[in-house]
Amino acid sequence: MGMEVKIRKKFKDFSLDVEFGTNGGRMGILGPSGCGKSMTLKCVAGVETPDEGYIAVNGRVLFDSENGINVRPQKRRVGYLFQDYALFPNMTVWENLACGLDSSTGRADRNRKIGDMLDLCHLTGLGDRYPSQLSGGQQQRVALARILANEPEVVLLDEPFSSLDAHLSERMQTQLLDVLKHFMDDAVLVTHNRNEAYRICAQILAMDEGRILISGDTREVFRNPQYLKVAMLTGCKNLSRAVKSGEYEVTALDWDMRLRTATPVPDDTTAVGVHSHDFRPATVAETHNLIRISVLETTEGPFERSVAFRRAGGEGEGARCELRWTFVKNPVECPLPEYLSVHPERILLLK
Amino acid sequence: MSISPILISIKTAVVSILITFVIGVLTAHAVVRTRNERLKMIIDGILTLPLVLPPTVAGFFLLCVFGANRPVGRFFIDFFNVKIVFSWSATVLAAVVVSFPLMYRSARGAFELVDENLIFAARTLGMSEARIFWRVIMPIAMPGVASGGVLAFARGLGEFGATAMIAGNIAGKTRTLPLAIYSAVAGGDMDTAYHYVAIIVVISFVVVAAMNYFAAKERRFKTVREKHGHGSED
Repeated sequence: MGMEVKIRKKFKDFSLDVEFGTNGGRMGILGPSGCGKSMTLKCVAGVETPDEGYIAVNGRVLFDSENGINVRPQKRRVGYLFQDYALFPNMTVWENLACGLDSSTGRADRNRKIGDMLDLCHLTGLGDRYPSQLSGGQQQRVALARILANEPEVVLLDEPFSSLDAHLSERMQTQLLDVLKHFMDDAVLVTHNRNEAYRICAQILAMDEGRILISGDTREVFRNPQYLKVAMLTGCKNLSRAVKSGEYEVTALDWDMRLRTATPVPDDTTAVGVHSHDFRPATVAETHNLIRISVLETTEGPFERSVAFRRAGGEGEGARCELRWTFVKNPVECPLPEYLSVHPERILLLK
Repeated sequence: MSISPILISIKTAVVSILITFVIGVLTAHAVVRTRNERLKMIIDGILTLPLVLPPTVAGFFLLCVFGANRPVGRFFIDFFNVKIVFSWSATVLAAVVVSFPLMYRSARGAFELVDENLIFAARTLGMSEARIFWRVIMPIAMPGVASGGVLAFARGLGEFGATAMIAGNIAGKTRTLPLAIYSAVAGGDMDTAYHYVAIIVVISFVVVAAMNYFAAKERRFKTVREKHGHGSED
């Protein structure tokens, strides 16, 4: 069970060319805005038509340009949660939900179904409200309830949390997960937020400029992003141009530094990255990747401290490049170390 | 003072607004859903033409098309035994043609403001296109469509130039209020003109007030929102 998607679509200044599959379970599409994430989902839902390609859900062909198949969105059984929820403003919550139900459903059956769905989505008693009378979180749950009442085979979520404020968003994630789990795990989530993607999705796919860069197990993609752009998407702050300088060694050109790696360096390595959390305080005794630092600036968050530094004693253009080290604050303030190191395993080799 | 111009005018205005409303709304919907931008522009230009042309020119074109010796005019005479020019139906024809652009443009503007995602969402929920039109698009666009209807009705009621060209000014047959006012003034009968003017002002006012009232009622989801205040945070 799952989806099979292959889409090509040309636009004026951009072309979309993606191919991926899911084997059920939640998949995340991570990418900067305008990379074609939403367009991909819209093609799957059938509200946009690819120039060519093939789309199937659970073995059912929805679109096949070669055989002239293009199932209408009404018949696709693909739920789509829009970024702005797309609730009908002229209808009550109840009427909104009724829109997703088959018109052949009997009245009693319909009422029971809608009532159940409202309860399940924590919307009990809000049936006769209009969308404009609800909070953002409630509106989102109405949109989700409306989709689930329609009993789709797969749910597509387009930036579901982008318009909710931070603390609400985390609670919403939990609630959304609850509701989704109750019905189906087959969902595709589009996001530009790496935390969201990491927390919610087992599989992940990173996109840029209409193309898929990498796809696979979420943890694996975050651990080894392989591509510079993916490293940026997954939140890697320290990036440098690099060249291979040994079987287990790369030279970071922007940092003027040789770095030891745990795995053999691929020949096509062009960049190197280190997560700001991956620096460790060290002493001169450290054998690998030791950096003497000169602190430029310290910024403080509620729980974390972030230090901008540069390599001390380095020469040339390269060593002036700023790096960032982030660590969880200690209850007891301690002085910043003179040296930092990075475990060879934590060096991200990128192309 | 004859009451026939009043009756003719009301009859003409009512019949023509019914026709204009239906054609205008359907055309606007079709044009908004057209994806071909070039085609859209061309159709839009043609449909708006009667608004910018002098009404006498619109009437002239109608005469050219529906005249008794013209193909379309002949067709109506031969097959339906109906002579359009200088008959009551010509007043309706003139009113429809001249008021159509107002209805069409207002409806188009209102339809364009309906969020495309609502239509997309409705489709993925399995709603048929007809149901989407009646349950989603029309209710949301109703205020704009209704005000277009008001404008078109007022324009139809006040139609003079094209009516004079194609329907003439035949007392008791095609003499509408604006033509009756013109004739009265031309004949120096100012008293009759005053009466007709008063009547047309009253009719126009009542209709506009009534339509505005219904338009406000259509927007009940907005008034309900005000009554209940804005949504509470959860």
